[in-house]
Amino acid sequence: MKIVYKNIHLANSHTLAVYESQGGYRSALKAIEMGCDEVIDEVKKAGIRGRGGAGFPAGLKWSFIPKNDPRPRYLCCNADEGEPGTCKDRDILRYDPHLLVEGMIICAFAVGAEQGYIYIRGEFYREAERLQSAIDEAYAKGILGDNVLGRGIRFHLAVHRGGGAYVCGEETGLIESIEGKKGQPRIKPPFPANIGLYNCPTVINNVETLASIPAIIEHGGAWYGALGVAKSSGTKVFSVSGHVNKPGNYEVELGIPLKKLLEEHAGGVRGGWKNLKGVIPGGSSSPILSAEVCETITMDYDAIGKAGSMLGSGAVIVIDKSVCIVRAVARLSRFYRHESCGQCTPCREGTGWLSQIMDRMEAGKGTLEEIDLLLDISNNIAGKTICALGDAATGPITGAIRAFRDEFVYHVEHGRCMAG
Amino acid sequence: MNERNTVSSAARPRFSEEALQQIQEIYKRYPRDRRASALMPVLHLAQREFGGWLSRESLDYVAEVMEMPPIRVYEVATFYTMYNLQPVGKYHVQACTNISCWLCGSDRIMEALKTKLRIKVGQTTEDKRFTLREVECLGACVNAPMMQINDDYYENLTVDKVAEIIDRLP
Repeated sequence: MKIVYKNIHLANSHTLAVYESQGGYRSALKAIEMGCDEVIDEVKKAGIRGRGGAGFPAGLKWSFIPKNDPRPRYLCCNADEGEPGTCKDRDILRYDPHLLVEGMIICAFAVGAEQGYIYIRGEFYREAERLQSAIDEAYAKGILGDNVLGRGIRFHLAVHRGGGAYVCGEETGLIESIEGKKGQPRIKPPFPANIGLYNCPTVINNVETLASIPAIIEHGGAWYGALGVAKSSGTKVFSVSGHVNKPGNYEVELGIPLKKLLEEHAGGVRGGWKNLKGVIPGGSSSPILSAEVCETITMDYDAIGKAGSMLGSGAVIVIDKSVCIVRAVARLSRFYRHESCGQCTPCREGTGWLSQIMDRMEAGKGTLEEIDLLLDISNNIAGKTICALGDAATGPITGAIRAFRDEFVYHVEHGRCMAG
Repeated sequence: MNERNTVSSAARPRFSEEALQQIQEIYKRYPRDRRASALMPVLHLAQREFGGWLSRESLDYVAEVMEMPPIRVYEVATFYTMYNLQPVGKYHVQACTNISCWLCGSDRIMEALKTKLRIKVGQTTEDKRFTLREVECLGACVNAPMMQINDDYYENLTVDKVAEIIDRLP
């Protein structure tokens, strides 16, 4: 079942002509006929959860936009795609930008937004060009503008390119960035649904979430809700990278066994299943799962949550037995140190300490006490910062120590890796 | 010196007529009373116009054109790593070494780049053609290892491919 990737295999799938030949923009017309509340109801019925990482139900988010509020409302699409391992939105942006535009028109109509912004990571220069061409085509055909699809609705859409800051994938950091400031996240509450972009009610959704909306309107929320499993409805694109024979972006129904995803879609683990050491299931921030857990776990929000990790952005990073876990974690710790925005003390200082200790341990100069010190510092970061970057920085460390403590101990005692 | 520090250049930057027009177009994307939103796109444009980097003078000039305090421009320019605050070569080679690329051999790719360009990470070749940088995840993980040169991604790299790509640049 393909929803967000249904068109990407077609030649010139990024053009309006091809998009329209596949029934494009009919869902937007249908949505406008249905009415705002009905659209939100269908999205709620679909049960689609945010595909960017947090997994918050999209329909609920839309329903938080205050009614009868005189302020303008905004819709922002999060196309920052910065979580290491994640590259699923890129294929929508470059191969089916109109699907995203249509999803945004539907959302904007439902919540009463007349202006939208697509916040795309700055490095995606070519993707931003594609997106802009699609927006230009849509304006030229009256699909965007002051009279959307001839139905008397206003919706304007612009692309805003980021500048290489991971933290801008956090929704309030993203808002600050569109406002022309440093991307330092805001304290919540107030939530963007009330005080968002320019202090106005704002919906922020991920690319994949918005690109799923046209299909939900076309086929109905119940149809979408029946895909996948309970509390994890619909399809999800998993970016499978690392040690598999066929890395790639695979759109499958949620709830698929991880083993099936790796073996039937991603060509199997390099060197065979027995060569698997572990899998980071939802982007670099999600704690690693041991090979034993990977044997039976299913890819849905609840199952991965119960295993102590997160489905996150759906970036499945596969690690085989040749890899030193200590070194892998040291690399990730360097990333979070680099990306901490510096606003909150626990994260600004803590990510630096974690990275220093991990580097020392990797160099064979760590101590056994420092393994617990890593956990202690992590405990003093997680939940004590304005945004989730702090928590994200601790995930790889706490997860790796939980699943592979023996490797940390070996590194300390022998001054080198257990693997290779 | 820290690469996020601003430095001075002798040149006095001026936007071309075309760029000034583009800036007017950028303003239109945002509400009339929210012109500060245009700062990031204007800085991206300035970097293209002024040789791939933003000197202290360029930042002051952007502040002047946008009629905002220079400190507002500095804080944004120094926060976002895509704004180069020091000169870069004609080709800005940025190799990803984050987790997925690392698992797929980015260490070897980085070594190949250093050998080919005969510079260390963070340096620019004497002829000013190449600057080599290590960067964090660029979001092309299923095609790891990868690098970006100016606006383009080069994916599924091998040591041989790296040399070929560099040789083929005009």
